[in-house]
Amino acid sequence: MKRTGAEIVWECLLREGVDTVFGYPGGASLPIYDAMKNFDIHHVLGRHEQGLTHMADGYARATGRVGVAMATSGPGATNMVTGIATAYMDSSPIVCITGQVASQYVGFDAFQETDVTGVTQPITKHNYLVTRAEEIMPTIRKAFYIARSGRPGPVLVDICKDAQQHSIDWEYDDTPIAFRGYRPDLRPATEKIKQAAEMINQAKRPVILAGRGVLMSGGTELLRRFAEKAQVPVGLTLLGIGAMPASHPLTMGMMGMHGESWVNEAIQEADLLLAFGMRFDDRVTGTVDTYARDAKKLHIDIDPSELNKNVPVDLGLVGDLKEILEQVEPLVKPADHEEWVDHIWCKRKESGIRDIQNLPDSGHLYAPHVINDLWRFTEGEALVVSDVGQHQMWTAQYYRHDLPMRFITSGGLGTMGFGLPAGIGAKIGCPECNVWVIAGDGGFQMTQAELSTAAQEGVKVNVAIMNNGFLGMVRQWQEFFYDKNYAATPMRSPDFIKIAEAHGLTGLRVTERSQVEAAIKQAHETEGAVVIDFRVEQEDSVYPMVPSGVPLDKMIRRPSPIVETARDR
Amino acid sequence: MLYTLSVLVDDKPGVLDRVAAVFRRRKFNIESLTVGHTDHVGLSRMTIVVDGEEQDVERITHYLYKLVNVIFVENLTVRPMVSRDLAMVKVNASPEKRAEILNMVNVFRAHVVDITPTAMIAEITGDSEKIESFVEVLKPMGIIEMVRTGAVAMARGDEPMFTNGNGHKN
Ligand SMILES: Cc1cc2nc3c(=O)[nH]c(=O)nc-3n(C[C@H](O)[C@H](O)[C@H](O)COP(=O)(O)OP(=O)(O)OC[C@H]3O[C@@H](n4cnc5c(N)ncnc54)[C@H](O)[C@@H]3O)c2cc1C
Ligand SMILES: Cc1ncc(C[n+]2csc(CCOP(=O)(O)OP(=O)(O)O)c2C)c(N)n1
Repeated sequence: MKRTGAEIVWECLLREGVDTVFGYPGGASLPIYDAMKNFDIHHVLGRHEQGLTHMADGYARATGRVGVAMATSGPGATNMVTGIATAYMDSSPIVCITGQVASQYVGFDAFQETDVTGVTQPITKHNYLVTRAEEIMPTIRKAFYIARSGRPGPVLVDICKDAQQHSIDWEYDDTPIAFRGYRPDLRPATEKIKQAAEMINQAKRPVILAGRGVLMSGGTELLRRFAEKAQVPVGLTLLGIGAMPASHPLTMGMMGMHGESWVNEAIQEADLLLAFGMRFDDRVTGTVDTYARDAKKLHIDIDPSELNKNVPVDLGLVGDLKEILEQVEPLVKPADHEEWVDHIWCKRKESGIRDIQNLPDSGHLYAPHVINDLWRFTEGEALVVSDVGQHQMWTAQYYRHDLPMRFITSGGLGTMGFGLPAGIGAKIGCPECNVWVIAGDGGFQMTQAELSTAAQEGVKVNVAIMNNGFLGMVRQWQEFFYDKNYAATPMRSPDFIKIAEAHGLTGLRVTERSQVEAAIKQAHETEGAVVIDFRVEQEDSVYPMVPSGVPLDKMIRRPSPIVETARDR
Repeated sequence: MLYTLSVLVDDKPGVLDRVAAVFRRRKFNIESLTVGHTDHVGLSRMTIVVDGEEQDVERITHYLYKLVNVIFVENLTVRPMVSRDLAMVKVNASPEKRAEILNMVNVFRAHVVDITPTAMIAEITGDSEKIESFVEVLKPMGIIEMVRTGAVAMARGDEPMFTNGNGHKN
């Protein structure tokens, strides 16, 4: 069968099970776009390539499938860089396809030529430059295989225009992919499984640190069983939220810089840390020298380079978390650790008093209140996609997920502007989900143009802007560590209602807590995307907070009662 | 301390760049790096000498394995091995100095590979120490220029570095 390179691209995408491509056309990808009409794949036209890379990422995180983004050469491809780096840091499987100038011009500074494989080399799991039509099929097949296997991540395929145009005799080849070196399927020796079980059986004050690896391995059920059997309290990383139901009595909550005090204290007091699919990010450990000094550490991760990277461990097991837990669990003896679990619960009750939810309603609108209400009025079942900043931390603290894969956020890179496009991608991947994007006034404006994509595509996402008139998270640091020198953090925003309306969408404003419920209800009942401008307390801060250079349990706590700082507006 | 790593990689464009980037990103200074074909079609072998601590080298090994094009990494430093470097040294060799130079070439089992009325190129193979001593003794003659390949290395004994195509040591 005669096929052009461009047709082969689409054919291969179909074979990989792709139903949606997030893209933006241009000169170097014209042949691919020309061939699109004959293939049953939905193309979503974004407004900026950063946005559509985040869409592919959001799609991937919501579905567990590979997300696909497409851009032209040069500026199209370089616009993707932030989105690719975001996916790389959080191990999100996406495949980016970029057009490249014709092969004979590569390296001659041709019009819109950028060395895209060079630029993206450090932020992709792997990338390819394709110069001939014959290479397209094997390359795309490998790209998907690499993106989704082992520790997932972004893969970029840069395809020269002449390779897209060229016609060849072609047939799909589905022989299994084999690499000489790449080994995504490592397994620990049986001896190590036994050692792991022994460590767990001997522990008196064990704590599980559950990360995104638990979710990616599909190990949430097993984790719950395991924790229950051995009675081990579970702390979650930001990206591990959902790995264990928030309402489960053994779930402690989030750890780390803005984690709950009792979780960090439990970690510092533990005699065994079970790190499951998490990578001891510096936001998680605080100062490494004083991190969980009394604890032995057992680390399970699919990526050998993560073991002993940030925190030295006593035992490291390389492999898929679910597979390993399946083997360890039967060897673990039922235990009760009653004293330890009670001890943590006591701390939790004491700390709860400082919790903003329990404070009297002062008439001011606080973002934590809004998020807590959103959690209640969506019955905890929304697919929540956050942007980056204070509202992100409050979302982690106050939207308590019982379900896995219902919280999407940029953790490792902390990319402002991620929320809205990732939310659009997530909704497209998971149409039955009630998607809520929670963003700050700053981050929302970074990729606000994607509202237009949501409007054109008729994608129903609800956007809750926590509008505090500041780049809140940076302001908080200025308040705590720079004498309240609010340099370049006050931000004047446009009228978000009008912005929504300009797109033919609905905009709402909420200034008091009593209006929150009605606004959420209205958003649910309205067709099309809805933007709600929540005018929240301007100078509230995220607590607790572990400042840099101190041990994890030396947190700055919420002053109680709250110091009122709001300028009414 | 100096570590010698042997790295088996796919023989493809861009692979050298990817491997070098692993060292660059972790701020390693590469002492020497050589690449060449092997007896397997499609495979190249690199010998990389780096200055670092043992745990750095272990970490680098894991990072190298993250590269899709890396097939096998071996830290030869911890094994009995043979390491060889080749140098060509161009020295001033006016007729009256020639005999002395030839004498030194013989002592070091080097070879003369080019000769002109005023200069000579001596080629020497050996471990770094041998080459450095050779260069030292030639210095008084006046070295015009010098080039070195960097080390290539291999473990002693009868086993190949890599046998079955899935060499990752877990
Ligand atoms: C403003 C801001 C504040 C933050 N504050 C906090 C905070 O207070 N607390 C906090 O926790 N985070 C915080 N973060 C996020 C933090 O930076 C990290 O992104 C996060 O801690 C990483 O979580 P993780 O290790 O679970 O996930 P990842 O970084 O995604 O790591 C997952 C790990 O699991 C492994 N893995 C993948 N698949 C498998 C598998 N199948 N089997 C086994 N292992 C697997 C991977 O190799 C990797 O090592 C903050 C981020 C921002 C932007
Ligand atoms: C692209 C990008 N630029 C800058 C930053 C640094 N940064 C982190 S949080 C933050 C403030 C975010 O403000 P806003 O979006 O209003 O959210 P808030 O913190 O007020 O909830 C900034 C500037 C970043 N994370 N990403």
